[in-house]
This record gives sequence, C-alpha cells and structure tokens, in this order.
Amino acid sequence: MDPISQFMVDHKIPIGAWGKAFFGFLTDNFDTIFRAFSNGLNFLLDGLVNILLMVPPVLLALVIAIVAWLLQRSRPLAIGVFLGLIFIINQNLWKQTVQTLVLVVAAAAMAMAIGVPLGIWAAHKPKVYRIMLPVLDLMQTLPTFVYLIPVLTLFGLGNAPGLIVTIIFVIPTAVRLTHLGVVSVPKSIIEAGEAFGATKSQLLWKVELPSALPTIMAGLTQSIMLSLSMVVFAALIGAGGLGTEINRALGSRRIDLGLEAGLAIVVLAIVLDRMTRIGVGGKK
Amino acid sequence: MTVAVDFKNVDIVFGADQAGSLAMIDKGATRAEILEKTGNVLGCAGASLTVHEGEISVLMGLSGSGKSTLLRAVNRLNVVSRGQVLVKDGDKIVDVVTCDQATLRRLRQKQVAMVFQQFGLLPWRTVEENVGLGLELAGVPEPERKERVQRQLKLVNLDQWSKKYAHELSGGMQQRVGLARAFATEAPILLMDEPFSALDPLIRTKLQDELLQLQAELKKTIIFVSHDLEEALKIGSHITIMEGGRIVQTGAPEDIVLRPANDYVRDFIANVNPLSVLTAWNVMRDSRDLEHGDNGWVWLDRRKTTRFKIDEHGLVAAAERDGKPAIWVSCADVEAQSEEAAQVFWANPGTSLKTVMLAMHRSQTAPVALFDDQSRFVGAIGIRDVLSAVLRR
Repeated sequence: MDPISQFMVDHKIPIGAWGKAFFGFLTDNFDTIFRAFSNGLNFLLDGLVNILLMVPPVLLALVIAIVAWLLQRSRPLAIGVFLGLIFIINQNLWKQTVQTLVLVVAAAAMAMAIGVPLGIWAAHKPKVYRIMLPVLDLMQTLPTFVYLIPVLTLFGLGNAPGLIVTIIFVIPTAVRLTHLGVVSVPKSIIEAGEAFGATKSQLLWKVELPSALPTIMAGLTQSIMLSLSMVVFAALIGAGGLGTEINRALGSRRIDLGLEAGLAIVVLAIVLDRMTRIGVGGKK
Repeated sequence: MTVAVDFKNVDIVFGADQAGSLAMIDKGATRAEILEKTGNVLGCAGASLTVHEGEISVLMGLSGSGKSTLLRAVNRLNVVSRGQVLVKDGDKIVDVVTCDQATLRRLRQKQVAMVFQQFGLLPWRTVEENVGLGLELAGVPEPERKERVQRQLKLVNLDQWSKKYAHELSGGMQQRVGLARAFATEAPILLMDEPFSALDPLIRTKLQDELLQLQAELKKTIIFVSHDLEEALKIGSHITIMEGGRIVQTGAPEDIVLRPANDYVRDFIANVNPLSVLTAWNVMRDSRDLEHGDNGWVWLDRRKTTRFKIDEHGLVAAAERDGKPAIWVSCADVEAQSEEAAQVFWANPGTSLKTVMLAMHRSQTAPVALFDDQSRFVGAIGIRDVLSAVLRR
C-alpha cells in the first residue's frame, strides 16, 4: 500500500466504534425503557391482530369491501377488493395477511402522524428543511439491514421492532410529499387568505392544507406501498405475517410457497392502493 | 373630503441590506444602481400620494414600475422599509407600517379588501364559500354570513352559480366572485391589483362598466392598479403614473393627457385617443382671451366669422354668423338640427370634445360657444383649438 493511503488507514475515523458505543450506552442505561416500550407495542399489535382474527375471514373481507365502497363509491372496486381477499383466504394465508395488514396500516398511520407535521414545519421554514434533507436521505438510502441491527438490540425480536423499522423507512416519504404539497400552494391563494385577515392557523387549516391535500393523500398511498415493501425485511427481526412466509420459502427453496405469499402481498398492495386514492384521481 | 389612504414618503426595498439601499435612495440612485451595489430590489421610493374617500385612484405604469408594490403596502402584503401608510380606520387613522398584528388583521378583515389579478379563489370551495371567506376569517356567524354572501352574489349577478366550484366558471365570472368576496366584507377601501388584466377585452370592458355602476352606488375608496391607460382614463378619478419605483406624475385624467410631465408619460399617452378623455373645458379659450369689439360684441374665432353680443349679466343677447343674424342652440340637440340654418352651437364645460367636434362638423367648422350652468358665456372653441388638442401641440 502506498504511504499516503497507509497513513490514512492508520488514522481511520472510528465511526463504527462510535456508533457501537452509542448504542451500547443506550442498551446499558435505558434497556428497561426500550423493552417496556417494545412489549407494550407488541401487546397492542398482537391484540389487534387477535381481535381481527376472531372475525370469520369472509365476513372481515366483506367489511373491508364495504369500507372500500364507502371511501371510493365505486362498485367495481368493492367487488375487486372482495374477490382479491377471497383469493388470499383460498390460499390459506389469511392469518399472515391480517398480521401484515395491521403492521402496514399501523406503520403508515404512524409515519403520517409524524411526517405530516414535520413536512408542514419544513415547508414553512426553508432552513429547517435544509437541515432535515440529509437526514431524510440517510433514512431512505441507508440499507435496511444496517439499521435492523441496532433496532434489534434495543427492542428485541417481534412485531414492535418491525413496526419501528418500517416507520423509519416510510417517514421521509410522508415528510417529502407533505412538504411538496404545502410549498406548492399557489402564492395567489395564500395572499388572498392573508389579505382577508387570516391568522397563521387559519391560513394553515383553511388555505394551505386543503390545497395540499391531494399531495398529502398521495403521500399516504406511497407510505402504505413502502410499508408493504418492508414486510419481508421486518420479518427478519421477528415481525410475523406474509414476510415470514417469504423468508421461510427462501430458506427452504420452496417456489410454490414463495409464489403464494408473494401474490398475496401483491393483492394486498393493490387493494390498499386503490382504497386510499382519495382526491388524487381528480374527481370531487 | 376626508383622506382614506395617505402614503407618506414610502420606500420599499426587497432584500437584506435595507440601510444601505435606503441611503442610496436618498442620493437618488436608480433601481439598477441599487441592484448592482447592494443586490437588493427597489420596489418603490419616496412615494407620496393621498387618496380621498369615494375616489378611484389609479396607479399606472409598465410592469416593474412599482405600482403593485405600492398598492400592496396598504394591507402590508409588502412590508414598507421606511415611511408611513396611513389608513382610515373608522374615526381613527392607523399607520399600517407600524401597527401590531391584531390591528393589521382587523384592518384586513373590516377596512381594506382586495381583488387579485389571478383571482386568488380557492378551487376546492364553491362560489358562495369563496365569497364568504373574509367573513369566515373574521368570525362572522354562519346565518349572517350566508345572508351577506347571497346579497353580494345578487349584486354581481352570480346567485344562480353559488353552488358551483370556482374552476367551473369562466374568467370573467371568477373575477366577479373575486369582487363579491371583496364587497362582502363591507370594507370601505378596495385594493384592485390589475383585476381585469387577465380577461379578454370584451369581458374587461363589461366588468369595468359594472365596476363603475357598483361604485356609483357603493361609493368605496378604490385604489386600482393598471398598465392600461385607456382603462385608467375610463375609471380613474385620479391617475398616478410610476416609473422605476418612483411617482412621475399625479393628476386628473385630462391633466395627464394634456400636460404630460415627461417623455415617459408622453410615450404612455401617445396611443391614447384624446377624444375619450378631453372635454370642452380642456380645449376652450377663455372669453377674456377672445377679441372684443364695440357694444359688447365678442368674436368667437380668429377668422372673425362668428360673434356674440354679451349683455351685462354675461348672457348672450344676439348672435351673428358671416354678418347675418343667427340662433344659438345646444350641442345636445346637434343631431336634431338641420344643417342649413344659420346657427351657433353652444356646449357646457363638461361636454365631451367629441360632441363639440360633431357640432363643428354640422355647422361648417363654425366655432362652438361655452356656457356655464347659468347660461353665461365663458369661452369658445375654434377649429384650431380642437386640432391642437387632438395633435397635442
């Protein structure tokens, strides 16, 4: 090795060691808090899954189809949703699908609950957005496996760490699309609001948010889709559901099982996507 | 007349180096110089203008002349760097530049309403919800709001459309919604930022007429920004011309057309049809400047074709045309007169120049006399006076 490179290698910046020390510090001092949080979350998620599983599968599928109709007022869509779910029941993957559904909906809801306010804040303060931007990039591009490890050490195995990993991965999308929606509110209507004496909060609730709503709803749809793409990874740290099936299929080279679980995820993705397209299609 | 809005030495600078830019303004630097030195954009400099109640004051200029910038200082959509913008608020006068947020909001909700070039309607709201925006923001209870909104929609003939969404309406209708929204707050001061510029010419003319009709009834104080001089001359009771952020000339429409302050204004009015602004008063020669003969006879024209005998009360006692007695008749009846009779037309000071010219045409270029309200002779217009006014010489 040439001397310059050798010198640099000898003085390696110990990023890995710092990171390890940081997470070591967290586990040493706050382990009980993290575990309690994790247990509580697991309890909630498992409880929700169990309640949904008490309902007969076909009845639950019918309820979801009715919700789809209520959201979109489209009969073909409701029928499509029902048939898709019947297919999953037919493939004997209902339990796993419900687990995945709960995880995905919870993750997307949490990501929106955190991401939308952050996005609004960033849209109002360009400086905040400039600081936020690299963090968002990091959250989205850091390979998922890399942050599976610390999450695993902090929260242990189970649904809770799976949920947390998914939320981390999805928040940037919620933030970005909310930010985009709010900064693209036409200046003319903001000025109209101001000129008629709107307070800051009136401006937000009566002008900015309604105007940004289609983009924010696109953010919700995207959040759900990205959450679904995370289920396979989340399964690696013990989140149950369809991801577990796929990992098992991979481990035992079962093409048939992989295909079945994979198709179930696709069906779930399409169902959720079509159900949550509110105000995006341009119809009132 | 009470003052509704008073701009006092208003400077507006966009950018960080306010102090440096203001110092340069004091030295009379131009916008380009300030931009080069400080990187700041001069919005307007040293603008002083008084707008009285019930007036339509038009701010005119090319784009970038600072007219919108000055307008938007009235409700602080633009922040004033230095100077005062005094706005009448009931019995008080408020300086918009320094007032607190609560006062500013009250002014915006109750005293000063605005109409925008791009309409600024909320597309997800129906027409009536848009019109009610100002009232909603001011916390007016719903029943009262509904009632006031319906009244405004009737005023602008949109009551059939109240449940439609704003984007379903044509441009002209959308701007009527904008007008109704501004009227609904019952604010006495109305800011109009090129409200009709985005509309096609026919609709524009129609809305101008409607605005004038409404104004005759409502008597608001209107500050109106326009880049179209014809529009300004048509609706403005006062016109202020701006260039490069500074006010170049302020005056009544005919002042601007007859006595442009500099070449910029002259260029502006070059293509304006003087017939649309000038009145008999603007072009007449005063009776004292006319050639007086014996026994109270006065020659109306330089060629000495026509003369009046004026009695001690200033009234016309006799008229003579080409040496023969003539009758004098009002311009208002010009269409009804036969062309052959020996007659001299007379007009009032407010009669339009166009009517005077028609009268001359009918009477083989005879001069037209001017009478005041008590029918006293005040002056005369000869063909040369008309020509020099039209040619601006």
